[in-house]
Amino acid sequence: MLGRTASNLFWMARYIERAENVARLTEVGHRLSLTPDVGSGYREDWYSTLAAAGCPDQFGSGRMPPTAAAVQKYLLFDRTNPSSVSACLEAARHNGRSVRTALTREVWEALNSTWIEFSNFQPDDFGPGKLSELLDWVRQRSILFRGAVQGTLLRNEGYHFIETGTFVERSDNTARILDVKYNVLLPTTGTAGDERGMHQWETILRSASAHRSYRHVYKARYRPANVLDFLILRPEMPRSLRFCQDRIEWSMAALAAATGGGAASQSLARETGLILRQSKIDSICRVGLHEYLTEYLSRTAAFADALAGDFHFN
Amino acid sequence: MLKTQVYTSDGQSPFFDEMLRPDGTPRPAYAEILKWLGGQSRASFKAKQEEADAIFRRLGITFAVYGAAEANERVIPFDLIPRIISAAEWRFLERGIEQRVRALNAFLYDIYHRQEIVRAGRIPSAMVNENAAFLPEMMGFDPPGNVYAHIIGVDLVRTGENGFFVLEDNLRTPSGVSYMLENREAMMHLFPELFAAHRVAPVERYPELLRQTLESMAPRECDGEPTIAVLTPGVFNSAYFEHAFLADQMGVELVQGSDLIIEDGALYMRTTRGKERLHVLYRRLDDAFLDPLNFRPDSLLGVPGLFDLYRAGKVTIVNAPGTGIADDKAVYAYVPEIVSFYTGEKPILDNVQTFRCSIDDERGHVLDKLDELVVKEVHGSGGYGMLIGPHATKKELSDFAEKIRANPANYIAQPTLSLSTCPAFCPEGVAPRHVDLRPFVLVGDRVRVTPGGLTRVAMKKGSLVVNSSQGGGTKDTWVLED
Repeated sequence: MLGRTASNLFWMARYIERAENVARLTEVGHRLSLTPDVGSGYREDWYSTLAAAGCPDQFGSGRMPPTAAAVQKYLLFDRTNPSSVSACLEAARHNGRSVRTALTREVWEALNSTWIEFSNFQPDDFGPGKLSELLDWVRQRSILFRGAVQGTLLRNEGYHFIETGTFVERSDNTARILDVKYNVLLPTTGTAGDERGMHQWETILRSASAHRSYRHVYKARYRPANVLDFLILRPEMPRSLRFCQDRIEWSMAALAAATGGGAASQSLARETGLILRQSKIDSICRVGLHEYLTEYLSRTAAFADALAGDFHFN
Repeated sequence: MLKTQVYTSDGQSPFFDEMLRPDGTPRPAYAEILKWLGGQSRASFKAKQEEADAIFRRLGITFAVYGAAEANERVIPFDLIPRIISAAEWRFLERGIEQRVRALNAFLYDIYHRQEIVRAGRIPSAMVNENAAFLPEMMGFDPPGNVYAHIIGVDLVRTGENGFFVLEDNLRTPSGVSYMLENREAMMHLFPELFAAHRVAPVERYPELLRQTLESMAPRECDGEPTIAVLTPGVFNSAYFEHAFLADQMGVELVQGSDLIIEDGALYMRTTRGKERLHVLYRRLDDAFLDPLNFRPDSLLGVPGLFDLYRAGKVTIVNAPGTGIADDKAVYAYVPEIVSFYTGEKPILDNVQTFRCSIDDERGHVLDKLDELVVKEVHGSGGYGMLIGPHATKKELSDFAEKIRANPANYIAQPTLSLSTCPAFCPEGVAPRHVDLRPFVLVGDRVRVTPGGLTRVAMKKGSLVVNSSQGGGTKDTWVLED
């Protein structure tokens, strides 16, 4: 496989995953803005949504007040925002189009029809009443893409570059959401009956589609330590750092076996996996959640660089 | 029931219709189609049309139109009614095409070696040696099999029962073959019953034959199975879909210049496993961009040193650099000469009458009759930069006359052709629309002409311009077997 092809597949998967995550974050922000008496009003909540999406300063060049309509438009439709759903879907398709031959018809159609349909949407048609429908649609399209990948792609190198892209992006997203909200997750404030805290925890779980499954696993009310455990360390939670890291390691092993390469990236992935497997929630909180997540994010970035080098991405 | 406009009327059209004779009876090859059309309703046709458009758009069969930002990607309109060629007509065309492409390859070999045809005075030396498409760097080089133009798409027009003419030879990087293949797929999906009622010669083997052709052109030093790749300028090229499609169908890599490196006198592509040697490059990139060291130094699309490797017999470039001279529009006027010079036979397929503005008498005629002629730039393609006299305004005519006077050698002119018509599904019903035909030819160890080709159709009433960049559509093209 061409190194460029590997790169295109990796980024195609990342952008689709990113589009889904941005849609999920917008959904959460939207729910919050519909919920009265929460915190200090809408301003702060949209700011944290922008922060979780990684673009608080770029929005309105940092000068525009983050009102619901403006932030939503920025996150969904603004082509100058490289993380907007619009930009992500276009980038995913562009990457896919460059490697059309490495994709099945089903995967390509999922990408292409998503982009075509999205480009026909008019931002003004999605006011508060219709926003959820659109966000749901974006999530469904990402799921369709994943389904086409899982159901039709040969388990060859290309598949593993797609998998690696998906899980690098997903764990990166989960880590950033946690980092943005880490102040409310510090266990010292976790007294029962703190309605505001409760709400924030639910928000975090929702942004990882995890609020239902949380109850199945913990059978208890929200506790910060459990929320952290669920999203960082649980191997059965498909958006946890641990789960993503396991999948990355698995794909790296497959890539090493197939190509005989990937030494640097594979050893970085193993190290990160080892750290996660040996971590305990109380020690994470002792060291500092922010420090722990910052280290994780910089490890992920280093891994992506090593991957690009190992497999001749350019 | 669909209204078959004109087709049911008195048939006074000045154009040759491929379905109906002037008396309104169908030609034998179209008998079944006419019956079938009678059984369709406008609503069912419309539904099928939408289904076809959705298939093409979903598959990403789009093309980019240069200079039309808002319509960056469009689906070429697809017409549902097949264009039919009888077995006898096809046998004639096939013989004519084979004769022509053999002669053009012989011409290329000759002008890059002893130039016998120039010595014999059959073509002016300047026409060859001072032509911008002539590559002196190719002199004395023997490409594998002595083949220069391997992949050819001959543009044919029809004006009467036996009136087939070659409009262009397209020996550089002809496109459209993916539409031929996908159009057939779509038709088999949409109208299986029509295939049951006809014996249609298959086109599906094209990718396999293309691969065989490319393999047969491997450098002499390659003793194992050659590795092939398709070289594309990239995703923004108007024919990118086709490049990806052909690579996929052949099971080879689609590469860009940046994927390729030259080391130790061989061409490699950069893969996830390191370097892999390449033997045959099917390039869909013009000569000028192939190699910034040998040709255009500002090209970012090619590979520095590629041409030297080619000349050293380490890699085969398909089509060979320098083939453009043989489909240059000024050289085109000499092709009948070329055919008889190299084959000793009379050309089976005629040229369209062509006036060369570089010759004083002919230019005088062109300037006198500008409002009746089609004027083309010698190096232009795809319908860009041409003048259609009968449709031009006075101002356009006088502006163009100035351009011709300023640079006469840059232009040729041809009479406005009475292109044949075929039935097409239009807003007003089934109506005649003008068509041309591009059969696809492969030249390797032998010459193979895929039965049929791409029919382009001018969807606008009365229009004679079939180019996709100017709003033309395509049709599935059937060659009937006996």
